[in-house]
Amino acid sequence: MRIKTTSVLVDDQDKALKFYTDVLGFQKKTEIPLGEHRWLTVTSPEEPDGVELLLEPDDHPAAKPFKEALVADGIPFASFAVEDIWGEFARIRELGVRFTQEPADMGMVKTAVFDDTCGNLIQIVQLREAAKAQGS
Amino acid sequence: MGDVFKALADPTRRAILDELVARDGQTLFEICSRLGTKHRMGSTRQAISQHLDVLEDAGLITTRRDGRYKFHYINPKPLRGIVNRWLMKEA
Repeated sequence: MRIKTTSVLVDDQDKALKFYTDVLGFQKKTEIPLGEHRWLTVTSPEEPDGVELLLEPDDHPAAKPFKEALVADGIPFASFAVEDIWGEFARIRELGVRFTQEPADMGMVKTAVFDDTCGNLIQIVQLREAAKAQGS
Repeated sequence: MGDVFKALADPTRRAILDELVARDGQTLFEICSRLGTKHRMGSTRQAISQHLDVLEDAGLITTRRDGRYKFHYINPKPLRGIVNRWLMKEA
């Protein structure tokens, strides 16, 4: 058994695809029409055959209050790894992304949290090994 | 208004204030992350939420909603009363 796909619940698949590709820099991997929605996934260009992120519609009635409660408390729905958290922070903030947590040292990692504009907060994480490699 | 001294008489609540001094305006998630990773305080999110209520009740923190997010800010004002009570005469 292995993890092939993970998902974020998005309020609009078109908007999500735009954000996750144009802003975050992922690439579209699969797009299969499926009733009123699509099986729509993206992957990282750093790992084109790696885990796929499914941009999954959030139209189940339980999804919206769940997402709102997480956002109010600042809790991220998903977490992605980055090599240079301050660089990524500067890059995507420049593109208008709203951060609820700017990069902060959290012991073994540095983390930051931003709004994906589709109803979720997303955490980015830089491992300490990466921090060492770039000499910070 | 809750008692400032009672609010300060707890290491977790003092750590929360320390972290808000390091960076003011944090979500519950950031506060929990900092306590868990930097202070090795394994409190549940619910317990930390209750600590925040005690601090807010004593006037030591304020919360502000900004759109869909909620941020916590330190408010040192009640501490000035303590300083004035015992330290002012030194000056």
